[in-house]
Formats: sequence, structure tokens, C-alpha cells
Amino acid sequence: MDKKISGFAYVLGNNIDTDQIIPAEHLVYSMSDEEESKKYGQFALSSVPKKEAGLPHGGIPFVDEGKNTSLYNIIIAGANFGCGSSREHAPYAINKAGCNVVIAESYARIFYRNAVDGGFLVPYECEQKLNDKIHTGDKLEIDFERNLLIDLSDHREFKLKPLGDVLPIIEAGGLFEYARKTGMIKTV
Amino acid sequence: MPMTITEKILAKSAGKKSVTPGENVWLNVDVLMTHDVCGPPTVQIWKREFGEKAEIWDKNKLVIFPDHYIFTKNTHANRNVSILREFADQYNLPNYYDVGTDRYKGVCHIALAEEAYNIPGTVLFGTDSHTCTSGAFGMFSTGVGNTDAAFILGTGKIWEKVPESMKFTFNGKLPPYLTAKDLILHILGDITTDGATYRAMEFDGEAVYALPMEERMTLTNMAIEAGGMSGIIAADEVTEAFLKQRTTKSYEIFRSDADAKYFSTYTYNVEKLEPTVAKPHSPDNRDIVRNVQGTKLTKCYIGSCTGGKMFDFMQAAKILINNKVKVPTFVVPASTDIAAQLEVETYKGISLKQILQDAGCVIAQSSCAACLGGPADTIGRAVDKDVVISTTNRNFPGRMGSKQSEVYLASPLTVAASAVTGVITDPRDFI
Ligand code: SF4
Repeated sequence: MDKKISGFAYVLGNNIDTDQIIPAEHLVYSMSDEEESKKYGQFALSSVPKKEAGLPHGGIPFVDEGKNTSLYNIIIAGANFGCGSSREHAPYAINKAGCNVVIAESYARIFYRNAVDGGFLVPYECEQKLNDKIHTGDKLEIDFERNLLIDLSDHREFKLKPLGDVLPIIEAGGLFEYARKTGMIKTV
Repeated sequence: MPMTITEKILAKSAGKKSVTPGENVWLNVDVLMTHDVCGPPTVQIWKREFGEKAEIWDKNKLVIFPDHYIFTKNTHANRNVSILREFADQYNLPNYYDVGTDRYKGVCHIALAEEAYNIPGTVLFGTDSHTCTSGAFGMFSTGVGNTDAAFILGTGKIWEKVPESMKFTFNGKLPPYLTAKDLILHILGDITTDGATYRAMEFDGEAVYALPMEERMTLTNMAIEAGGMSGIIAADEVTEAFLKQRTTKSYEIFRSDADAKYFSTYTYNVEKLEPTVAKPHSPDNRDIVRNVQGTKLTKCYIGSCTGGKMFDFMQAAKILINNKVKVPTFVVPASTDIAAQLEVETYKGISLKQILQDAGCVIAQSSCAACLGGPADTIGRAVDKDVVISTTNRNFPGRMGSKQSEVYLASPLTVAASAVTGVITDPRDFI
């Protein structure tokens, strides 16, 4: 895991469910076929209602029409991010779009586990509501060592909650890597 | 130390005397369930991680029900079923329920109950968020993603954070115009879609223990709609009678200690509740049917693991008998057993199937069908600006298909009453 990353914010509201993250009709694509799996990036967050896509004004697609990756690599969301189904395709799709950090007020359990255990996303929780303070397109930096989010446009700093128990799994890069590192399973 | 039923079951599974909420424990899994959407990627991850010579930790504990995208021409969806079939063949899996054979069952959560994989005191994981349904049998059950499932497939183990518990007690005698669906929609309105995140929802009270297993499963099924890790109802005589008909497996019944600690407790008198709906676009957007009655509908849907069980069709039949539906109404029996039973069970001497057909309902083959939208050729799928009332469990934007559609969630009684009038209708107008 890098010590810092920077990039652009994509801001969302509360209760972004897994059907909005990756609509059920797209769950049929292979996740192991390199070419076909790009479709998950293409359709990431494609079902978020227009007015809520890219706050504060909305109307900004996460992934531009015809593209497989997003211009935004840090998602700032409200409460209960990833609620709904158990589909691991959800954090996977966001990751495939080129985004691997989400900062939300809270997460649904299965999404959170999938993000961590699959090694797809770093699911940070913010200490205070951020989706009304940061705008889509803001340039941000995340300092993983200090658990800090910095808005590079005006140098405001926001504290993030430490990742806690799951940090070793995130640092290892997912559940399997963690289990190998700790000797739970054998290396193949 | 006093413990809740959930803590007792998790302690047993973790090989510990006791566990406390917030603690991360490694559990020994009794059953792993998967289906056609998440099964193939699970198998792929398992092979990638454990190598080509990967071994399944215990074949007898792996259960696979293709159920989501079954009756479709979509080639990607059909490929998923083929992947499962090949996997089952290659490893000679005893518990694979293939499409197009006598073994095909339909929706996984209902099939788990029918095939007696739901055993009190055990721990079941599934690659589906509604795996919490099995908690109706006094067991711990929850949904996981593909990576977690692949890990279980190879090791039989998984980590879990011991949840805090919330207790929901329903007192009183359930009036004939209410079903378990009204109760759970009522709770959702109170605690919202993240009110139980990372927690176990325990259901209790005389009104709950008066419910048949199918109705108990409706309660635990929708725990996930509140973000719950699991839903649970301690096993009793009703549970034991259900099991006795289907299995000789032994089991252990756990109950919460009287002085167990809860994150919160809620008490309701069911006699005071009213027929309830969740309005578009969230299961917690609760209202009483009376407040939305008259809303014009374009489609009605009775199906899914939540509302496609025998009990649900019996409720619907009570209203549909000698009536005609005014809008297209789709009936999807959750399992093939239920589909067969529809022909056998009667209301006022007429088979339920006859009643539903005479009323003008379209009866589809058992599967998840339009509950989750599915491929374009899925029966009952919401199109354009459809306004649907449905016995399913989710109404997030686009859940049943079209992003422009509006879905109301309701009990089978309310859906049947609404189907007859073509507008949202309180079942008390018929009962
Ligand atoms: S019927 Fe609906 S909720 Fe139940 S398992 Fe199928 S898709 Fe999921």
C-alpha cells in the first residue's frame, strides 16, 4: 500500500446500493477474462440517478460513455454505502474503473468485507460528513499513515477513522494474501 | 456470562466458551451455499488461489442452487449455469441442483429450507445477501462475497465480527389482514436501511412464535434490508415439526439468556399495526396502505424468496378467488416444490393454481425472475415507467428492471387486492 495517493473526487449521497453501483443485468460478464471484465469498469455506478451522480450538482457520469475507466479515483459518499446485494462485483467494478479508495460515512457490511477481503478498495470512514464539503472534481490527497484527507485546492484537512482490525488484510492486499502471510493457507 | 442466541451459536462455531460483540472470530462453517451469479466467480477465485489441484474442504457442506437467471436466452447467463454444471461434474458434487433436471429447485433460500440444510444451532454462509433468511431456523446465517466464499470453499473457515444484537418483540394476535411482510416493513420504517448494519436482528414474542416457518422466513429474509448481518428466531415446536418432516439430522437449540445484552430493543403490539407498504425507492420508505391507496398500477408481482411461498399464494388466493385482475399480474412460485403444491392445495375446494389462473394471473416457472430485474427477456420485468406493487424485498432504483419504474413493496394480501382493482388497495376492503 502506498503511503499517499492523490486524485480527483467523485461525490455521492446516502444509500448508494449495489444495484446502482453495478446493475444486476451486467453481472453476467466474466470476471476472469481480461477483456470482458473491463465491462465492469464501464458500467460502474451507471445506475445512480442523474441528479445524484457527481454532487453537488449531479449529472456527471462516473465513467464517460464508451470508456472503461473513470477520471475520478477517490469516491466521497454519505451513509450506508454499498447496501443491497452481496455481489462482490460492486467493489470490483469501482476498482476496475480505476478507483480504489472510498471515503464514506458508513458502509453496508457485505460491501465492506468484499472491498477488504477482495483487496479492491480501501474503505475509509470519515469522522465528519464530507459529501457536503467536497465537490466532484476537487483535487484530493490521502495520507494513509496519518489517516488524513487533504483538499489540495484549499488545503483543508479532514480526519479519517483508522482502519482498525482490517488494516492487516488491506495491507496484505486481501484475505488470501493475508492468510498466506500468516501461514493459514499454503502458497501455491 | 449471559449471551444472546447469536453469540452462543458463534461461540460454538469458533470453538470458544463465549464471545463478545465487536470481537473478530474465525468460524467453522457448516454449510456454504452459492448460486449461478456468484458461484462461477467464486470457483474462479478458489482455483486461482488454491491452484489447479485445489480441494474442496467438504463436498457435503457445499450446496449449489442455480436460480437467478434461468429461463433466459442471454448467453452470458447461460454460460454461468454451464460453468456450475462442469464444476459439479468435475468434483462429483452431491448437492448441485441442476437446471433442466428433476433436481432443479428454484430460489436458493427457499430450497435451503425445503432440502433441510437449515439446521438449528449451525452456521451457514451464502453468496447472497438474503442468506439471512435461514436464521428463521434458530441458526446463524449471513451473506458474503465471492472472495470470502472462495476462502470458505478451500478452508471451511471465515472471519466474522461478532455482531451486537437488536431485539424486536411482537406481542398480540396477528389480525387476518396482516402478514409477516407488514411487520418487517414496519420495522424498516422505524430503523431505516442502515439501522441494523453489522448487527443481528432477533425476533421474539408470541406473534412471532405463532407464525408458520414460511412467515418467519419473511421476517429474517429482510434483515438485510436494514443492513443486518443476520436475522434470527429461536427454534421451537413449529421449527421442529418442519424439520421432522424432512430430515433426521440432529441439532442443538439455542436461546438467548434472559439477561443477555442488546444494542436496542423494540416492542410492538401487532393488533395496532396496519397493512404497510414501502414506497419507491427504498424498503424503508414506509407508509400505510390507506395513505397511498388509489395509486394507479401497471403491474403486480407475487414471487421471490420473500413473497413467493405457499403461504403467500394462499393469502393471495383468498382475495383473488372469484375475482379478475385488472393489470398484468405475475405469479412466480419460489421453488418447484411450491409450484407443484399450488396444484394440490386448495382454498374453498379449488386448487390455488386454478384460482390464480382464473383470476388472470400469469404463472411463471420457479426462479428469481424479475425480483432483480434480470436479462431483458425476464418474465415480469419492470419496463419503462411501470408502476409495480410487489411481494419482493427491494425497490431501489432499477431493482426490478427499468430505472424509470416505481416499485411498491407490500404483503401478498395487499398485492392481490391491488391486482383486482388496478390501484393500490387495502386488503381490508376484501377481507
Ligand atoms: S428471489 Fe430475489 S431476493 Fe430472493 S434470492 Fe432471488 S433475486 Fe435475491
